[in-house]
Amino acid sequence: MKIGVLLKQVPATDTRIRINDDATGIVTADVKWEINPYDEYALEAALRIKDKARRTEVIVICLGGKEADKRIRDGLARGADRGVWIDDAALLGAGSLGTAQALAAAAKAEGVDLLLAGKQAVDEDNAQVPAMVAEILGWAQVLVISELELSGDGFKATRDVGQGTKQVVQGSLPAVISCDKALNTPRYASLPGIMKARRKKIAKKNGGALGVEAAGNMVLDSNWGLPPERPAGRVLEGEPEDVVKELVRLLREEAKVL
Amino acid sequence: MSSDILVLCDHEDGQFKSTAMELLGKARELGGSVTALVVGFDGVDGLAEAGADAVLTVTGDAFGQYNTGPWVKALQLAIEKAQPAVVLATASMTTKDALPRLAARLGLGLASEVVELKLADGEVVGRRPVYAGKALFDVRVTSSPALFTVRPNSFGVPEPEAGRSATVEALAVALDAADQLTTVADVLASASDVVDLTEAASIVSGGRAVKSADGFDQMIRPLAAAFGATPGASRAAVDADYAPHGEQVGQTGKVVNPSLYVACGISGAIQHLAGMRTSKVIVAINKDPDAPIFQFATYGIVGDIFTYCPLLTEEVKAAL
Repeated sequence: MKIGVLLKQVPATDTRIRINDDATGIVTADVKWEINPYDEYALEAALRIKDKARRTEVIVICLGGKEADKRIRDGLARGADRGVWIDDAALLGAGSLGTAQALAAAAKAEGVDLLLAGKQAVDEDNAQVPAMVAEILGWAQVLVISELELSGDGFKATRDVGQGTKQVVQGSLPAVISCDKALNTPRYASLPGIMKARRKKIAKKNGGALGVEAAGNMVLDSNWGLPPERPAGRVLEGEPEDVVKELVRLLREEAKVL
Repeated sequence: MSSDILVLCDHEDGQFKSTAMELLGKARELGGSVTALVVGFDGVDGLAEAGADAVLTVTGDAFGQYNTGPWVKALQLAIEKAQPAVVLATASMTTKDALPRLAARLGLGLASEVVELKLADGEVVGRRPVYAGKALFDVRVTSSPALFTVRPNSFGVPEPEAGRSATVEALAVALDAADQLTTVADVLASASDVVDLTEAASIVSGGRAVKSADGFDQMIRPLAAAFGATPGASRAAVDADYAPHGEQVGQTGKVVNPSLYVACGISGAIQHLAGMRTSKVIVAINKDPDAPIFQFATYGIVGDIFTYCPLLTEEVKAAL
């Protein structure tokens, strides 16, 4: 079986976000990039399938600009077999649908049976690409899963549908499955893994090679800004019994949230 | 161009959710004729009073449980029927599943989880948080229809307007094999009946300072119950197995938007603050007076949660 893992590079989650001077995006100059955290669960899920079924090939597929190959190499060091790096500025600016078209084309070209992705990328938080890829390929989708079982070409996945309720969804491969944190605990790259990864192949592609043309992005952003500062609060002081009484009074009378 | 709006209306246990009314009210404010789409339920109560001019209902066995294929098809046919310029849906596990697939099928642009919607020069413009709320931008969708999902509790529920009426029509949705690639084999209902974190009006969260799963159960859950709040947790508490991942608030958990957020023993890492900073009122209880959470707190208490949580639980119980 061939498993594709969609991987995106994003600013590390502890990045202090700053907005650029013309309010068209964030300042990326000193950003530390890492694999999107949710994609790590997808990669781990793929590697666990490979651990059990040795003939499985795991292919990391990444649309990304500068340094994205380092993220792919990180995936290879953890155990993926090879990488596909779609490095194409036009596709990078084509929004979720353009991204999905590029990734779908790459998955198809690789003959992937199962595509695993993170539930969303923690940069722009769209959570759109996995479902779009599934639609473009005409495949089944199960999003935001916390459990996955494969048997033959059948799958059974448990997804969170809110309020602690879960759905068990089943179907047949090929499919796109997006992964949530509860699915597993990702492994780190081992030293031998890092050494081995140096010899693994990363194929670089652009839209032309994949047969996709970047359409215009239909979702346009502007006027980037930071969230408004919160008004200064106050610290309640005194004996604990009095403090909690005062807090409840304030919540009720001043803040009016009780 | 028409300015008609199609609103996908959420319902649960045979009732419309407040988020459905919230969107109908906003749609009415944005202009044009408002069509409410109701999938998997044949109720119409309150929709006209909240702003709907027309109601399309889709019912049938395939729509009893959310399932991707049938829902996407229902949305597709509703768009063909109503020909809206804008489609609004509350951001939820359902719409995050269906709308991107719909967008890809029809070649439309989708703006996810906006927190504001307004008209600028006759065009609907949203504002959406990105980087888990560390930044925001204005968003325009150039396709017609333009698709938007809206974060719950963004606008508030409109006062119902008595005497408004809406036409009601059943929309027939025929499904073929391509619409039924998956089946829902089982539904595991949660034992608790608390409101989901993303929709909760109040949340009580615990951090690493609860020290153990028992500490979480003894300090955080009773206080949450006293407030009628949904329990939440910091990433540190979840990674230490004090609380399940489903309760994590922050950048790799849920982004929340309640009226009241009580942070107990949470220092306020940037990833956590990102996920809850839009809360209307924030209460912080923490031993460390320099904890970053205090810069965001409306009311702060410097002290041990093992002292304050039980006292506050009793005080809230007595007050409510």
